[in-house]
Amino acid sequence: MAVVFEATKGLTGKPFHYCPGCTHGIIHRLIAEVMCEMGILEDTVSVASVGCSYNSYEYFACDAVQAAHGRAPAVATGIKRNLKDKVVFTYQGDGDLASIGAAEIIHAAARGEKITAFFINNAVYGMTSGQMAPTTLLGQVTTTSPFGRDASYQGYPINVSEMIAPLTGAAYVERVCLTDYKNIMAAKKAIKQAFLAQQANLGFTMVEFLSTCPTNWGKEPLEAMDWLKEKMIPQYPLGVFKGEEIDFKKVEADLKAAKEGAKA
Amino acid sequence: MASKKVLMKGNEVIAEAAIRAGCRNYFGYPITPQTEVMHYMAKKMVQIGGNFVQAESEVAAINMVYGAAAAGFRVMTSSSSPGISLKQEGISYIAGAELPAVVVNIVRAGPGLGGIQPSQGDYFQACKGGGHGDYRNLVIAPASVQELYELTVEAFNLADKYRMTCMILGDGTLGQMMEPVAFRDVEPIVEPEKPWAACGRGGRAEHNTVTSIYIQPDDLERKNLELVEKYKIIERDEVRYEAIGLEDAEIVIVAFSTCSRICRNVIRQAAEKGIKVGMIRPITLWPFPKQIIRDTAALPNVKAFLDIELSAGQMVEDVQIAVKGQKPVHFFGRMGGNLPMQKEILDKIIAIHEDPNKEALD
Repeated sequence: MAVVFEATKGLTGKPFHYCPGCTHGIIHRLIAEVMCEMGILEDTVSVASVGCSYNSYEYFACDAVQAAHGRAPAVATGIKRNLKDKVVFTYQGDGDLASIGAAEIIHAAARGEKITAFFINNAVYGMTSGQMAPTTLLGQVTTTSPFGRDASYQGYPINVSEMIAPLTGAAYVERVCLTDYKNIMAAKKAIKQAFLAQQANLGFTMVEFLSTCPTNWGKEPLEAMDWLKEKMIPQYPLGVFKGEEIDFKKVEADLKAAKEGAKA
Repeated sequence: MASKKVLMKGNEVIAEAAIRAGCRNYFGYPITPQTEVMHYMAKKMVQIGGNFVQAESEVAAINMVYGAAAAGFRVMTSSSSPGISLKQEGISYIAGAELPAVVVNIVRAGPGLGGIQPSQGDYFQACKGGGHGDYRNLVIAPASVQELYELTVEAFNLADKYRMTCMILGDGTLGQMMEPVAFRDVEPIVEPEKPWAACGRGGRAEHNTVTSIYIQPDDLERKNLELVEKYKIIERDEVRYEAIGLEDAEIVIVAFSTCSRICRNVIRQAAEKGIKVGMIRPITLWPFPKQIIRDTAALPNVKAFLDIELSAGQMVEDVQIAVKGQKPVHFFGRMGGNLPMQKEILDKIIAIHEDPNKEALD
């Protein structure tokens, strides 16, 4: 019988530990599929962070390094500077990337490190049980903003993509979500474009995924998707914030030609 | 065969030694009094095609070290006390993930921002943990610019051999002083294969993972016990020290690095006054040369020990453990960035010679 579909080889096959309705699983699969489709699974090193995805290396079938909280972009810098022909990506949540790791992500971008940061923004600390994140929305109730985030008391949410994009070292920055098929396919395209830009040494690349956390939001999975659409997207609009002018078809063709040239 | 001697600054020799040892990665953040290491690297690493990154912080620098080591490359960072405090997180992760790394601490006086003058006040931090969790660093304390060179090269071999941090513990004096140094024509580099490195599978059947997290208690305890076994081997095989005049010494000084140099002169001055003073100079601070101190304490000619440090007394605790109450142990230290005067030490020796028990530590 003809095989019409099979699980991506970019994942190890180990069952995810993520909660029902969380989109980590979708993002993992998309990254894995892109690695396989681009033929870079054997040439990629992922850097796991601290948070719910601390053990993403158990799922991704590429080599992996587990980093301290917030430090993944620095760890990735140490790797990529030595492995210039490999693809290196970090996988970080909002607490990790936007709070404790704010310095590391900004400076990795400013240096134009040829790495890709996958930034999973669900507006809350997941693993430590629902504390306020830098990306928590105003009015959002968390375990450390129990009366709702109050700007006069807890400050304002950080729009990371908009903050990173103006840095000259940043080549490609896009924010996506995973609420439906169309958006999921757009997210997959963004992952591929980030990897292509990295391979072409254009500079630092980041894809921000708006993600759900039904467990800590106190919502059913479908309610969580609706909440993301209604509340998060107005604060965090989707789109390309840097690199809109890049002709990815040409980048891909050039990379392919260079690879074939190297073989010949 | 050694080539002709050249006059070089301690900090620059550390950098040159690292490059000679095959290190092509330096990640750091400026801090006095070790900045010359960084200056030297900034130039040389670019010239030889290595990696130099001035990181946004010491925290980032040690994590770049972690990344480069995880990918299988020789790597070094250097800093001074407050900066080393910031690196402790990464040093703990390096221990947990069993990565080879060389970390240089050109110690300055503390606590806090303290001062920029020499100190040995980071002994506890270097030898007793510093970061969180059960781990050790191999800690080496050179006492001259020549030793800085030779022991820095050796530090890379040891870090690779045991897959852990090897720390060079110097101080502001050693880093800043200029002395003649003779470089070898060929360095004794011993770099093992690193099949565990996360450098891209490249056809490997299984993917490699470098991590320090073990969620299950039994898994973590197994890792802890593996580390304990490794540390036992190091305590057995890697202890280094210099011993001077122990066979007829009445008083035995224990001092490392800069302090030991001052004490060499005092030993001569004491001899002129008819007092026989010997010295044990730990070269490895961890593993600590416990056995030689314990054996020396048992010698009938030895009346007392005198520990000299640029601190309030840190290594002296290990000396007391080693002496095990066999003989009185005395301490003399200077702080704030001051060095002990030879006369201060000599006066202390004369007093101990008159009454070995008076003012001895509990």
